[in-house]
Amino acid sequence: MRLVINKIVLFLSTLAALMGLMFLFWILITLTLKGINALNIHIFTNDLVNNGLRNLLIGQFILAFLAVIIGVPIGMIAGIYLQEYSFDNKYAAFIRNLSDVMMSAPSIVIGTFIYAIVVMPFGHMSGWAGALALAVMMIPIIVRTTDDMLGLVPRELREAGIAIGAPKYKVIFDIILKAAKVGIMTGFLLAFARIIGETAPLLFTSGNNEYFTLDLNREFPSLTVAIYNLSTMPDKNLVDIAWAGAFLLTLFVLVINLLGRYIVKEKKR
Amino acid sequence: MENIFKRLSALSATTILFLLTGIFVVLFLYAKPAIKEYGIKFLIDPRWGVSINPNKPSNNQDKVLVNQDNENIVVEEDIGGDTPVDQEEIIQTDKEDIAINDEDALSQKSKVIYGGLIPIVGTVLSTVIAMAFAVPIAMGIAVFLSEIAPFYISKPVGVAIELLAAIPSIIYGMWGLFYFGPVVSRIFGGGSVGLLVAGLVLGIMIIPFMASLSRDSMNTTPSVLKESAYAMGATKFEVIKDVIFPYAKSGIIGSMILALGRALGETMAVAFVIGGVFKLPEKITDPTVSIPVVLANNFAESSGMSLSALFYLALILFVISFLVISFAKFYFLRDKK
Repeated sequence: MRLVINKIVLFLSTLAALMGLMFLFWILITLTLKGINALNIHIFTNDLVNNGLRNLLIGQFILAFLAVIIGVPIGMIAGIYLQEYSFDNKYAAFIRNLSDVMMSAPSIVIGTFIYAIVVMPFGHMSGWAGALALAVMMIPIIVRTTDDMLGLVPRELREAGIAIGAPKYKVIFDIILKAAKVGIMTGFLLAFARIIGETAPLLFTSGNNEYFTLDLNREFPSLTVAIYNLSTMPDKNLVDIAWAGAFLLTLFVLVINLLGRYIVKEKKR
Repeated sequence: MENIFKRLSALSATTILFLLTGIFVVLFLYAKPAIKEYGIKFLIDPRWGVSINPNKPSNNQDKVLVNQDNENIVVEEDIGGDTPVDQEEIIQTDKEDIAINDEDALSQKSKVIYGGLIPIVGTVLSTVIAMAFAVPIAMGIAVFLSEIAPFYISKPVGVAIELLAAIPSIIYGMWGLFYFGPVVSRIFGGGSVGLLVAGLVLGIMIIPFMASLSRDSMNTTPSVLKESAYAMGATKFEVIKDVIFPYAKSGIIGSMILALGRALGETMAVAFVIGGVFKLPEKITDPTVSIPVVLANNFAESSGMSLSALFYLALILFVISFLVISFAKFYFLRDKK
């Protein structure tokens, strides 16, 4: 009887695993088929107004890069503080926990926050607001990554630096950060991959723009927001463009993730 | 120099605190008009954007505009089996409803009422469906990866699962709208968008996340424990049930709660497939809305009281997810850090 129960449970578990994997591969396969079908050179050379994705792809990258430029310094220095300047103190533990909680805060709520403090005072949506929203999402991820990676640096390196009389900030910048460089860069790469696929915080902060623009004071083109808008359109061509965009986005995110894994693996070797 | 950098780094760390309290305070300030106007009854008021006209009996007005006052009574019976809490909520609502209507009729002032019950119920129900669907499958995957599959299968499948957790949620929503929704509607009836489809898509979205976290914590079980159980003649199932689950319990429950928090606040995967209709669902396949979807669809066009009511909803969502995630962190995942 025990053996029968064992068999049944193992079978059910395998079945559940297969079912879950089936759904997930179903998504990937439809995405790839639809995406590749809709891809053509026209999409890369035209803006949304002419049924292309050029302005959207560029816009999304600019927003995510700006978020990196705003979010990385703050997050990284905060991470350094947690790991290097606060030994076992309660405040650091508190900040660490808050940062973890903030990492899981609903992205749309961050959008409403930026809407209240940036969009409403200026009276219109703008690229800056979108970049800020993404930066707010990114900061806790960067804090966590930096914190974890610095934690892996052996204690002896720090002690050696301090022993030769280097001030602490020099030890941090010249020794510890260099030792943790690969891990931290990989973490940033993954954080970038995570925020570039975000839609919810952009919906009413950067909005969307059918034309090519680099003016961050105006509504800014965004791939993800456009995918959302286009895929509910009745025009089948527009839906196809949305699929192409979705495919490119997923491809990019997956490639970055694979790259990140590869780097970590290389480093371990 | 040293001191400057130290101060700067402490300041950066405090930014986190500023941001988090800033979000709370800002949402609260903008929600204040709505909080003042509707108070706690906002949580149980099923009317959204319903204008109350004192010259006519207000119940009729409601029926014309949102067409749901009568339906509430039906809802009670239908959802009843689902969650007893909801049933209670809705019965209460009906009483409140009448009470509010009477008050308004007395006040002789035409105004628009905003209540949050429908999106709150939509959020809760879609999350419940997602969890009911995702937990067994994710546990199956986790057990499969950590105990059943040989290494040459568990390794690539594990990587695949982790990669799938990285796919942007908008992709899940899109797939749900064009491919999964029609299939669900063929099997369960109803339209290709609705509460059930939203819950299932949400469930599929959180499966990889939950499975990979649970697998990680199952993998931390020391093999000595497992081996001694096997040596006593235990079957694999008994080892999983009596050794691995108890050992990894806090990690597994923590991963479930984190996934729950993610499902509560998810916008894009749900926005495509929930229907976006302000209506309490009578059947599980009916279209409705959830808080994030209401925000996504109405925020940019709102102003005045409706915007304030949206901020109220955002505040509710923020507080709920904050509590859920802190609970997971402090009670279940604490020993990890």
